[in-house]
Order: sequence, then structure tokens, then C-alpha cells
Amino acid sequence: MRHEGINSGMSPNASTATPLLAVRGLTTAYRGLIAVSDVSIDVDQGEIVVVAGANGAGKSTLLKSVAGLERARSGAITFFGERIEAMPGHVITERGLAYVPENRRLFPGLSVSDNLRLGSYLYRKRADREAPLERVFSLFPRLKERLQQRAGTLSGGEQQMLAIGRALMTRPRLLMLDEPSQGIMPKLVDEIFAAVQSIRDTGVTILLVEQRLAESLEIANRAYVLQTGRLILSGTAAEVRDNPDVRKAYLGI
Amino acid sequence: MQIESLLQVFASGLLMGLLYALIAVGLSLIFGLMNVVNFAHGEFLMVAMYAVYSLWVVTLLDPVLLAPVATAFLFGVGAFAYMGVVRFAMRAKSNVSMVQIFATFGLAIFIQGVAQYFFTPDYRSITDTWLGGKTISIGGLFLPAPQLIGGLISIVLFIGLYLLMSRTDFGKALEATREDQGAVALVGINRNKVFALGWGLGAALVGAAGAVLAIFYYIYPQVGGPFALIAYVVVALGGFGSIFGALAAGIIVGLVEAFTAVLIPPSMKTIAVYSLYLAVVFIRPNGLFGRL
Ligand SMILES: Nc1ncnc2c1ncn2[C@@H]1O[C@H](COP(=O)(O)OP(=O)(O)OP(=O)(O)O)[C@@H](O)[C@H]1O
Ligand SMILES: [Mg+2]
Repeated sequence: MRHEGINSGMSPNASTATPLLAVRGLTTAYRGLIAVSDVSIDVDQGEIVVVAGANGAGKSTLLKSVAGLERARSGAITFFGERIEAMPGHVITERGLAYVPENRRLFPGLSVSDNLRLGSYLYRKRADREAPLERVFSLFPRLKERLQQRAGTLSGGEQQMLAIGRALMTRPRLLMLDEPSQGIMPKLVDEIFAAVQSIRDTGVTILLVEQRLAESLEIANRAYVLQTGRLILSGTAAEVRDNPDVRKAYLGI
Repeated sequence: MQIESLLQVFASGLLMGLLYALIAVGLSLIFGLMNVVNFAHGEFLMVAMYAVYSLWVVTLLDPVLLAPVATAFLFGVGAFAYMGVVRFAMRAKSNVSMVQIFATFGLAIFIQGVAQYFFTPDYRSITDTWLGGKTISIGGLFLPAPQLIGGLISIVLFIGLYLLMSRTDFGKALEATREDQGAVALVGINRNKVFALGWGLGAALVGAAGAVLAIFYYIYPQVGGPFALIAYVVVALGGFGSIFGALAAGIIVGLVEAFTAVLIPPSMKTIAVYSLYLAVVFIRPNGLFGRL
């Protein structure tokens, strides 16, 4: 088993402040099959950080491990100064780390309105519930038109909006998005990328997993590239974009 | 048969049906929440009856006043059954449904054993109550007071349950957990807590029914059995997991039982209920109100 501890992380952009999220030497396996191996990443306050990589590279596994839905085999995950790798998922959400999984995991039989309401389950005060709701509606006005519709009957793009909206209702410090553009028509993809940017502008840090590397590098500060569970490249968005291997393998240039 | 006696049969069937619905709805709730059939449901009813009985022996207060205490106590019993038994059964690596069947079945036998030990197999009853043995006449119909109050309690609790499910955060959390128990962590809900509260709620509802039943029925360690059987029929008839279905099916079972008791020997009245159930299973396997 490989586990070099805290100092094994490659920190491309060593910032002075401690990162909001620091993953160190993370290894996660499914029944013995290693999906993420010794991965270290940092996400600083206010950034958009992209994680890219081919199918099966371990991007989703990385996010699931951070969100507490999959248990890391080894490594340390620190969020907002607290070790979270052993915390149950609901406590991690409570700490301010929201996660929109690949398959969205909405409550399909419940209405749009109930899905959003459940997002603010942790809050009792009316103001804590209404302020984020207004923000969600201004980001995705079409959700407001469909409040009584069952979530399972929304289009793919609308479901993605609702999943992001529900995550925002938890009032996160960090929002992790797993391929929000997946299976969505191009016009809506632009809308979602624009939303991601404006979510960041309201002070929510973003960790974004995306296959559409070109578009996501345009809004990202930094990026990491995974390959078969290992980190093979990291740097600023511009550095990653100009990397010859990335250009060949992911950007098709 | 005269119209008055028809109405009389209808009224008593309806009242008993409301009580059956109250007994069954907790079973349905727990099943809907986590796909677990609680084979100790009848024992929860029995525990509630003994709880009222013991409190009555000690305090001599009327069972109507003790009912809320028994209901609250059963809430604790249900939550404890989840935290202490079912939670571990659900961690089984394989054959989870078999493991949970045997776990709740074992719990049933355990509770019966405890009741047998502390209360002996003797039949007990609560005497000299406000309602016991009294009838109330409404528009020429004579209705037994305990059943009438029981029916009213059932209606009130069903309305309360409906409001809880549709209006409160907890109700939404129950529904969300039932839809996708793995996803509720994403909104900060602890599913174990929801499960424990769900079991508590389910047991509390059967607890309220048991408290009413204790007024007019004998209390003995196996008393839960026949009522649990009816509850399983009600839940299957109404659709597993459906609250409204449990209410409607409970009433149907009460009415069928009351009317067939008039037509055929009373000892055979259960046969009609099970025949109805079999018919429904063949025609609508998901129950009358179940999701298809
Ligand atoms: N629940 C699971 N059980 C077993 N193996 C899994 C499971 N989930 C993922 N894997 C395996 O782990 C590896 C990494 O999968 P992961 O989903 O993290 O990749 P990904 O980078 O998100 O891929 P994609 O771009 O297709 O979403 C893959 O080999 C995959 O087959
Ligand atoms: Mg993935």
C-alpha cells in the first residue's frame, strides 16, 4: 500500500493561505481494485479548479471520496481546517461541502419545490432558506416556472439545474460538480457554464469534473489531469491548455 | 335484514376498520421507508397493551389518559428496535432481505418471551374504565364507546400523519429517504436518524391502536398475532408503503369482516378477509392503491 503522507502532494500553485480543500495521498479502491491512487490536490478559496481525464480515470471516485460517499483506503482530506476523510457524508454536507454527483441523485418522485426545500433541510431560519432560493431562481429562472413538476419528469438539462440548485440550498463553501454538461444539449451547456461562473462570483469555490476540457479551462483558474487513477499533470488553466500532451489527447488540436 | 341492522353492521365494521387501519399504517410506513417488513409489528401492539395495563395497575388512571404515554413509549420501542436490531441486520453482506426477516422475527419471539416471563400467559383485562362496556347511541345506532373513540383517534391520527408527511421537513425527509436513501446525505440528512424516527413513528401509531384495544380486548402474550395478520392483509391490500391505502384497506377489511360475520358463522369471518386478499393478489398484485 502506498501512502507517503502529507508531504507527497504536488502543489502546483503553492499559495500562501491554507487551501480550502486539501487532498493528500488519496487512494480509493473498489473491492481491491484501485480507482484513485495517491492523488493530492488543493482547492483555494474563490477558485474554479477543474479535474479532467479520460473515462474511468477516477474523477468521480475522487469526488465521491471527498464527499464521504466512498471511503478512502488511505490519505488525508482537509476541508476548512478540519479532517473529513472519516466523516459521514451528511456531516460533510453540514460542514459546507456540497456535491452534485454524475447521476444527479435528485428525488425523482418529489416536486422541484420539495427537492429545493430539502436542500435547506439544515436551516431553520426563514432567511437562511429564502436567500439561497432567490439566488437559485435568478441563476435558473426555468426552475421557478416548474416548481410543482416532479423532478423525475424534468429534461436532462433542467435536472442538472435542479441538482445544482439543491446543492446551493445547503449554502456551501465548496461546490463539487461531476460532469454537469453530460447528456445536455449545447445551448444549455453554455447556460450551465455561465451559472458555474456566477456561482463562483458569489463566493462559492468550485471543484469541477469535466470532459469538455476546452470550455472548462476557459472559466477555470487551475486544472488537474488524471489518468488511470493517477495525477499526471497539474497547473494553471493556461499551462494545462498549452501542454502538448493535453492538446493532443483532450483538445484535439 | 332491516335497514337499521344493516347500518348497525356497517357502523361497527367501519369503526373496527379504522382501528385495523391504525394498526396497519405503521407497518406500511416502515415498509415504504426502507423495504423492511417488520415481523414484530404484532408484538409492538402487544407491548402497547401491556404498557397500558401495567400503568393502569400502578396508577389506576383511565386507559384513555394513559394512551399518550403508551404511544410515546412505543415510539421509543420502535426507534430502539431499529437502532439495536434492524440497523445491524441491514449491514449483512448478502441476502439482506432474509437477514432482516429473521432479525425482526427473532425480535418478535424475544418480545413474546419477555411478556410471557413478566406477565405469565394469563389473559388479563382492564376493568372499570370510562368507556369499557358502554354504548353511545347516535341516530338510533348503538355504538360501543371504546370502538367509537378508537375510530375517532384513528381519524385524528391519520389526519395528523397526512399533515406530517405533506407539510413538515421531517415528512419530506421521510419521503426523500424512501426515494433514495443514499442521496439524502447530499442535503445533510442523516438517514440512520430518519430510519430510527420512522420506526419510532410506525411503532407509536400501532401503540395508539394498542392503547384503545386494551380497553375492550383481552391482553395476553400472543394477542398481537391475529391483529398482525390482519395488518399484513391490510398493507398488501392497500399497497405496500401507501398511507392512504392502509386507511382505505383497513376500512374495507373491517366492513368485509362485519358483513360476513352476519352471513356465515363468526368463526369463519377471517376466511372472507383472506379470500378478498387472495382475489386482490391475483387481480392487482400491488394492492388496490399501490404504485404499479
Ligand atoms: N461502484 C464501483 N464499483 C466498482 N468499480 C467502480 C465503481 N465505480 C467506479 N469503478 C471503477 O473505478 C474506476 C474509476 O471510475 P470513475 O467513475 O471514478 O471514473 P471517471 O473518471 O469518473 O469516469 P467517467 O469519465 O466515465 O465518469 C473505473 O475503472 C471504474 O470501472
Ligand atoms: Mg465519472
